[in-house]
Amino acid sequence: MKIGPEMRRVAVLAAMLAVATAAKAGNPPQAAANTCVDCHTSFDGELKVTGEQFSQDVHAQKGLSCASCHGGDPTANDMDQAMSKAKGFKGRIERAQVPALCGGCHSDAAFMRQYNPSLRTDQLAQYRTSQHGKKLAAGDSNVAVCTDCHGVHNLRPASDPRSKVYALNIANTCSQCHSDAQRMKPYGIPTNQFASYSSSVHHDAMAVRGDLSAPTCTTCHGNHGAAPPGVATVENVCSTCHVFQAQLFDTSPHKAAFASAGMPGCVTCHSNHRIEHPSDKLLASGSQGLCTNCHSDGDAGVKAATQMRESIAALDSKVQQANELLDKAADAGVEVSQSKLQLTEAQDAVTKARVTVHTFQADKVDVDLKAGSAVAEKTLAAARQALHESKFRRAGLGVSLLTVALVLLGLKLFIGDMEGKQK
Amino acid sequence: MSTVARVHHWLDERLDLKDTLAPLEHKTVPMHRLSYWYFLGGITLFLFMIQVCTGILLLLYYRPSANEAYESVQYITTQVQFGWLVRSIHSWSANLMILTAFAHMFSVLFLRAYRKPRELTWVSGMALLGLALTFGFSGYLLPWNTLAFFATKVGTEVAAQVPLVGHWMLVFLRGGEDVTGATLGRFFGFHVAVLPGITTLILGIHLLLVQKFGISMPPSVERESIYRAEVSRPMKFFPNFFLRELMAWYIALAALGALAALSPWGLGLKADPFAPAPAGIKPEWYFLWMFQTLKLIPSKLAFLDGEVVGVLAFAGAGLVWMLLPFLEGRNPQTGRKLVLGLAVFAVAYMASMTVYGFVAK
Amino acid sequence: MPVKDAMLTLVPDFEQAEPFRPSRRRFVRALLGGSLVASAASFLYPVLRYVVPPPATDMGGDTVLAAKTDELKPNSAKIFKFGSKPGLLVRTAEGEYRAVSAVCTHLSCTVQYKPDVHQVWCACHNGLYGLDGRNVSGPPPRPLEAYDVHLQGDQVVVSRKREA
Repeated sequence: MKIGPEMRRVAVLAAMLAVATAAKAGNPPQAAANTCVDCHTSFDGELKVTGEQFSQDVHAQKGLSCASCHGGDPTANDMDQAMSKAKGFKGRIERAQVPALCGGCHSDAAFMRQYNPSLRTDQLAQYRTSQHGKKLAAGDSNVAVCTDCHGVHNLRPASDPRSKVYALNIANTCSQCHSDAQRMKPYGIPTNQFASYSSSVHHDAMAVRGDLSAPTCTTCHGNHGAAPPGVATVENVCSTCHVFQAQLFDTSPHKAAFASAGMPGCVTCHSNHRIEHPSDKLLASGSQGLCTNCHSDGDAGVKAATQMRESIAALDSKVQQANELLDKAADAGVEVSQSKLQLTEAQDAVTKARVTVHTFQADKVDVDLKAGSAVAEKTLAAARQALHESKFRRAGLGVSLLTVALVLLGLKLFIGDMEGKQK
Repeated sequence: MSTVARVHHWLDERLDLKDTLAPLEHKTVPMHRLSYWYFLGGITLFLFMIQVCTGILLLLYYRPSANEAYESVQYITTQVQFGWLVRSIHSWSANLMILTAFAHMFSVLFLRAYRKPRELTWVSGMALLGLALTFGFSGYLLPWNTLAFFATKVGTEVAAQVPLVGHWMLVFLRGGEDVTGATLGRFFGFHVAVLPGITTLILGIHLLLVQKFGISMPPSVERESIYRAEVSRPMKFFPNFFLRELMAWYIALAALGALAALSPWGLGLKADPFAPAPAGIKPEWYFLWMFQTLKLIPSKLAFLDGEVVGVLAFAGAGLVWMLLPFLEGRNPQTGRKLVLGLAVFAVAYMASMTVYGFVAK
Repeated sequence: MPVKDAMLTLVPDFEQAEPFRPSRRRFVRALLGGSLVASAASFLYPVLRYVVPPPATDMGGDTVLAAKTDELKPNSAKIFKFGSKPGLLVRTAEGEYRAVSAVCTHLSCTVQYKPDVHQVWCACHNGLYGLDGRNVSGPPPRPLEAYDVHLQGDQVVVSRKREA
């Protein structure tokens, strides 16, 4: 086959493509020569770092190499040269020194600005205020350091779903230590937090409904400056999201009472980790009631709670009843959309009242319920009216059936007459 | 001359009514202890006419698009005067018609009215039964509610199990790969135009054949009447039997009205194609026995796919059923026992499978 | 007497033997004729009422008249009825219209428009949405369903987004 100009062009293009592909295939895009990985890829255990692993690391992708943290000469093929103290080789970084090492770059605003100007540079400062940081400074290197949570050698940014500190993964990461009874024994901290949190409504929002803005460990405890919020101030933490409930609580008699008894707001009733979906049953006495934990049965507090619970339950059941009747009427063919729309007002009142209970004053709750109650009554009446319509249908049916019965009677007699004659 | 007589005379002069209607004059119906079964065919016809009338009324307000179908049915049942009545009668009558059609078919089987010369009547009747089921399947989708949407999805998927042409059938039925507004439009076209046209034709043939051959007498009664004449006596169709049939039709109409007023047909929720199928989705009762059978067949039978076997078995059974009169063929004695046996088995099987389908989760 | 005449015409040997008194015959015929007419009337009456179109021709399905064009001032909103659920029609400060479902995706409270922040707000638990329905902050897990708004003459018509 003759190689004409067309074919030559194709051949050149193909060759260029082949070269480019080969060039891309071997090494990760930006990394400079990295002889460390060439050896360490074949080790086992702690010393093993593969090129594939390291290529996923965000630092490697930004152009850093092993030597950026460990020192040494990453271009040298000879082991002694590569790991020579003269070239600044630090070897294995001690746990106690990790935060300072990371902070060497991450606290330097001018340096970080070259890579990501919006990244914070106060992580090390925050860490030093945290329980982890304080204990590390006191000589305990068993506590968490940067690499325990963020990973090392395949460190990913927090926005990457595979990162150990991605929103959905944070609780798991914390629980690696905090659910380990052995590990937590010397500190005397409970280890049931993760289990409790996993059955909470916050976890449900995140893991089941996929709401990434739902709270996880770091939302309430802080991430770098991690510490428990503290009894006196935990209410502030909850109130960042639960604004209304906190505002109403502050106007309630419980605010002062809890403060003087050293009881945390919000957490006393709702718990800190195992925060379950609240129900009306939490009010007053009864198996799930919380009030009698402090109040004695029959006192003013329990009376108020019982009143609130009963009036909310009353309106709620009225709304349910109206809804059921309206559905029944709709199924039977009566137009009820207007009534259904009105009923949403009553439903709203019940929802609002359940927030107002945090005033722990029955008359305030009643204010919310009053308007809703009127609407529910009206709608219930409309629903009954709608069902009444079906009675009208039965009457109509009765008339129709009566005429049919007469026809049947008439036919029978007529046939009888006719056949009597025909005999 | 009275008005009626004058009109009659005027028509007679032009249309030769006397000669045309003469056969009707002479038509008789054998009356014996099994004669009540004869009403079933007429009731089925009456219910079909009810369907046509209520269907036309529904057509005045129904809108066959995915965006409006549900709302238009809701409009009919809630805004239109007596719309609830028309719609409920249409739904109830559809179910009753299929019930009476099946009963009519089985009574013809057990009374052995399919024998020569009535084989073609039987075949046309089977075609009508198939058409009734197709009416039911296509009509069911039209309100575009959740149940109907998923029932149609499952039902058309069963059709896709047929080897070779299955996928083409699915696309043809659905108007695409999935059940969408296109399916609704197509089913609507089938339901109000194609099927009524074909049904009118075959119904006409069926009725003509019935007129031609007269009403058959069951062989057992025939034999008895040789010994005792009073076992069966012929009754004039017009006016005697006709008036009785009118009574039966009135009773059927009253039953429909009562059902519609006391147990109106619900509407459910509008179909959402992106929602998952509700648990325990089942077809309407008249398909339930097939559905339950398919569920019971293991997914693999030797090297064959279980569902394919099931679908082909049903198709085969349908074909055999259509050709039942010809099975009696050469040996009437064993042929009769065979047909009777098959009929008993079929009734028992369908009834028990339907009950099973209802109670199964 | 129409019934008798009809029967006479169609069944010629009708009047052969008459074992029953004429009054009885008349009664039976009157009963039959009368009840046939009555039953026919009870069937036809609903049919006749049915074919007369009802006053509300809007099927309420996917389109609804939400407001008149001069009804809303800029940077204000109103709740309108969409089927059996509330919808929120907002007229922005620039004069444009936006419509979303007014059923909060958290616990179904009815939302409202907050003119100071130009956002949709739920008073029950402080949920906030943008004017496109997107859930911005607070408990709502999903956006509000957004609707199309068209101006037809002096009417503001809201319709559900069309499916393919």
